[in-house]
Amino acid sequence: MTTTPEGVSLGMPQLPAPAYPDDVRARLEADAREIIARYPDSRSALLPLLHLVQSEEGHVTRTGQQFCANMLGLTTAEVAAVATFYSMYRRKPSGDYQVGVCTNTLCAVMGGDAIFAALQDHLGVGNGETTDDGKVTLEHIECNAACDFAPVVMVNWEFFDNQTVDSAKRLVDDLREGAQVEPTRGAPLCTFKDTARILAGFPDEREGAVEAGGSAGPASLIGLRLAKGETQPARVVHPRGEDPQNERPSGPAAEEGE
Amino acid sequence: MTLAPELNETSPEKLLVPVLSAFWDEDESWTLDVYRRHEGYEGLRKALAMSPDDLIAYVKDSGLRGRGGAGFPTGMKWQFIPQGDGKPHYLVVNADESEPGTCKDIPLLFANPHSLIEGIVIACYAIRSSHAFIYLRGEVVPVLRRLHEAVREAYAAGYLGENILGSGLDLQLTVHAGAGAYICGEETALLDSLEGRRGQPRLRPPFPAVAGLYACPTVVNNVESIASVPAILHKGKEWFRSMGSEKSPGFTLYSLSGHVASPGQYEAPLGITLRQLLDMSGGMRPGHRLKFWTPGGSSTPMFTDEHLDVPLDYEGVGAAGSMLGTKALQCFDETTCVVRAVTRWTEFYAHESCGKCTPCREGTYWLVQLLRDIEAGKGVMSDLDKLNDIADNINGKSFCALGDGAASPIFSSLKYFREEYEQHITGRGCPFDPAKSTAWADRTEVNA
Repeated sequence: MTTTPEGVSLGMPQLPAPAYPDDVRARLEADAREIIARYPDSRSALLPLLHLVQSEEGHVTRTGQQFCANMLGLTTAEVAAVATFYSMYRRKPSGDYQVGVCTNTLCAVMGGDAIFAALQDHLGVGNGETTDDGKVTLEHIECNAACDFAPVVMVNWEFFDNQTVDSAKRLVDDLREGAQVEPTRGAPLCTFKDTARILAGFPDEREGAVEAGGSAGPASLIGLRLAKGETQPARVVHPRGEDPQNERPSGPAAEEGE
Repeated sequence: MTLAPELNETSPEKLLVPVLSAFWDEDESWTLDVYRRHEGYEGLRKALAMSPDDLIAYVKDSGLRGRGGAGFPTGMKWQFIPQGDGKPHYLVVNADESEPGTCKDIPLLFANPHSLIEGIVIACYAIRSSHAFIYLRGEVVPVLRRLHEAVREAYAAGYLGENILGSGLDLQLTVHAGAGAYICGEETALLDSLEGRRGQPRLRPPFPAVAGLYACPTVVNNVESIASVPAILHKGKEWFRSMGSEKSPGFTLYSLSGHVASPGQYEAPLGITLRQLLDMSGGMRPGHRLKFWTPGGSSTPMFTDEHLDVPLDYEGVGAAGSMLGTKALQCFDETTCVVRAVTRWTEFYAHESCGKCTPCREGTYWLVQLLRDIEAGKGVMSDLDKLNDIADNINGKSFCALGDGAASPIFSSLKYFREEYEQHITGRGCPFDPAKSTAWADRTEVNA
């Protein structure tokens, strides 16, 4: 919160941003036209278009903003005003994996603060910084609507539920080593750029991506199981790497259900 | 599995009523096939057999109230849309679930997206809209995938597109991913955001029903509100009214989180109490007791163990001095420092304040400065009145409810836990050990 604004210069105005190479521009223009066609008013396409340019370069560059402005008939100032308002648009080169530790009150209290501190120490980076290998950008995030799975870590906006300090460290180690990492809810991780393309509104075409993670996480099912007369489950804790399916409360139910 | 012969008041079979969550435990619950197997899109058939005005009246009669926090009657919102005005009408579903503690719409959309889509088609038929939008917060890609797929399936099956089920209704549905801004959960900020602008609230009137998206009549409804409509149509308004109370009828999702034995989603008639929910689910984590909790997210004034028997419906929670909000029951035990909790929430509001209104923008900033000092043992007693004073200057003095939400934890924590603030000041620091509050604090072995 005490970071200095970037790109602030009181000297000569910047020259216009360079355009995308022709082949890139042609490809992005086709995507952009598809996005714009979804809306009655073209300006509504601005947020998805910013996700789109982020899927090209990994962050929102001046070139990307110029592209959006051209496509929508806006000024670059109008685009920049929007791009700098929303926290999901990255404004500098960043890692393949955006690791966000929830440190809003509930997750923080449940261990998010400890996880965030441990990861900063483990990775040697501060909030919003990227590891030297360009793999991991670490940040703390606000409530991500998974409080019943606290403490929560998000990687490229997939859920890693019920984390501990150790599981979070293993997670970032795996990411840096290039191991295939699977979230507790969500699809096997793709890079930040690929994720940004889904956010622009282009469905994930990978086989099995929609199915991945099952119908619902264990906490989502607790009330339903109780309502069906199934015995109350034991404390649900499933560190990353274990299959949540195995932790369904079949054991206790069989014992006490008679 | 045998059931006890008599079900007492704490039996979950009697107290819970899974409707939206009824088949989340089935394989591929998010697919059209499974949804149809559970009488999906039957409510739509009934709706299309009615006239749009009758449909609005029916939903109004059911008593369904908004599940996004404010509790405004859903049917009345639909009725406010002027008809025959020659302008396009829009339905915008608020899926920007970001209120701290709130975690109901995301699992609902992950496991059962078709309930929302069916509700959207019904609502659009009622308000005569041919284009609807789902504004989903961007930070939940697994849910976005399922929505993309569910919308594709619905188009392919003829529930979206042209001449839906031969009714003459044409409807286009656009899934729109946001980009990270709590304020966009506020309906007019959401509309600005959907128009491709910074998400800043608008002055009302005009209300969205008159001048919403693109200055056209627009209904903005929460995910759970719209997703509840198909069941009301299919099973009847009398069935719906048989649950809950006269003024707060129906079922809803309660989200239990924090230091409880079994955090998760509990679907129950409105009016259940936290005591009942805790009794059936194993209570607080072993060896600990409830200290404070929120009935509906961080923006709703906190409660203590005095309030365990407050009926969790709109009137009950209101009468006890808070708001039902999003039914996000965040429970904290005696290991938790209330100053730390409130400081963190306040940092959140300061971060998320859009900056449009001075009282909120400046006030939240100064609240954070004071709270951080108090938490660090650098506060003075007069800071406590200053906190109250600043919160009072934010509350009700900005365009939207974000400022009111920021004031809530301040007012309520000072009301119930002023002594704890004073302890931080006189004791020159925080008397709590944060390690004791963690999820793993009491775990003797971690099989990670």
